[in-house]
Amino acid sequence: MAVEADGVPTVAVHTHVFARLARNAARVNGTPTLRQAFVPQPVVGQSAAQLRAYIEGVDPVNQRPFIQEVIDGLTAPLTEADLTGVSFERNTPRLLEPGTEADLARRFEEERWTDYLPIVLPTEERVAAMLEGTSRKPDEVVGRMRPTNYREFWEYTVEKVAVNAVMAGARPAYFPVILAMAASGMTARQSSTTSWAAPAIVNGPIRNEIGMHCGIGALGPYSHANVAIGRAHALLSQNLQGGSVIGDTYMGSIGNVHNYACTWAENEERSPWEPLHVQHGFRPEESTVTVFLGGWYVISGYGPRATWEERFRHCLAACEPYSPPILLLDPSSAQAFVERGFTKKQQVIDWCAANAVVTAREYWDDPWIQTLIKPHAVAGVEPWAGMLKAAPDAPVRKYRAQDISVVVLGGETQAAWKMVGGNFARARIMRIDDWR
Amino acid sequence: MSALLTVHDPRGYPPKVTGKRLAPRLASLEGKTVHLVDCLFDNTDVFMRELKDWFATRMPSVRTEILRPRESWVDDPALRARVVAEADAAIFAVGL
Repeated sequence: MAVEADGVPTVAVHTHVFARLARNAARVNGTPTLRQAFVPQPVVGQSAAQLRAYIEGVDPVNQRPFIQEVIDGLTAPLTEADLTGVSFERNTPRLLEPGTEADLARRFEEERWTDYLPIVLPTEERVAAMLEGTSRKPDEVVGRMRPTNYREFWEYTVEKVAVNAVMAGARPAYFPVILAMAASGMTARQSSTTSWAAPAIVNGPIRNEIGMHCGIGALGPYSHANVAIGRAHALLSQNLQGGSVIGDTYMGSIGNVHNYACTWAENEERSPWEPLHVQHGFRPEESTVTVFLGGWYVISGYGPRATWEERFRHCLAACEPYSPPILLLDPSSAQAFVERGFTKKQQVIDWCAANAVVTAREYWDDPWIQTLIKPHAVAGVEPWAGMLKAAPDAPVRKYRAQDISVVVLGGETQAAWKMVGGNFARARIMRIDDWR
Repeated sequence: MSALLTVHDPRGYPPKVTGKRLAPRLASLEGKTVHLVDCLFDNTDVFMRELKDWFATRMPSVRTEILRPRESWVDDPALRARVVAEADAAIFAVGL
């Protein structure tokens, strides 16, 4: 779109499933008549001959020959609408028109402001009570968020975050955690075709102050605080970023159960190692929340037992290459690692980095590695540049150690562990104390 | 009759949209340079090579060149500047 502004005519090409999203993105850029041509989905996995057939075939959205759409898009005379674009303001009111409880509940659902579970209606009294959970002013801007890089940022205030916290059923004591998550700008409603979520780890004293649970069932619905904070992050993401509507602002093909809520607390008291936030330079008495882009996969297991190294290698090989794992260890599992000589968390991370090995052929045969990592490799950035030169059957390390995380949680009823996708390179650690 | 409640709107604040005009169109593509910008989605490179070949075969007077940004998902001002300086038109394969 910026190239058009500089005087060069363009046509944007998409697959047909992105038609609504692409047209809406053009509209909110002020150029609703931007020339766009479409080919059938998919392009991924298609041969050169099949893609040539797309080029010589019919645009499935505009119902005209694709190549004619492209040529006309660059040469057909402009219309009056093309010369002016469209300007408009979208005001978000502070309050809605009054209604009955049933009517308002229905409206929130129909407007897609909920996750389809019942919400707590954000009355003025409830929102005012939530605002008591912070010293920040209601009209203070907290941050900006968008569902994907191709959409515009929306902005939000402390009060708008409070509204969504009320809807999620959160209590005022949780509000500093929720504000910190909102301030991260990390959306829990990413629009990517890969169905991301935003797993988050809470560390520090606030866990116990507000009743977060990190023992038996730490990942499950066994704490009001855990569930309400995670749900608040999810609801505020979809509402404060401008929606999470299928075909418009959400394109995750399979979807993700972690989109309901996935905020967890580290069991620092039962861990043999330093907690996640201390590992990254914070003091133990500080409270933080680390928000990841992840949750695409979960692999679970037991131990470490006698064959743990083989099992870990298999599991690490199975993890998605673009998304290094957050290794979640039950305290008894962590202790067993200590007994095997892993006296520091970093040793576990280093072992995983050294043993997450696949062939170069397998590593590069991944959509996100092709899209997001290969350009760095081509530009000469290590370690990827060297991996790109590797022979197809040569072993390569999938992950850098600094992108892997280890978190201890659980209740010691079993030496269990999980690997959950979550790239630390794309995570943000937020100080909760700043939002008290 | 049920009591009426007043509740907050849960949505954030969108930016103001300012209309922008499209660039002047070309009279035709004959003899023109068209940049084919591969935005690095999986297999888009194959699509762009086929598109380049289509022009070479069916509209040989059109000069085409495939360009790639330094990485996907981010703006590349250097690439944009090159398109503006060297091309008469551009085709972006952005959402494949």
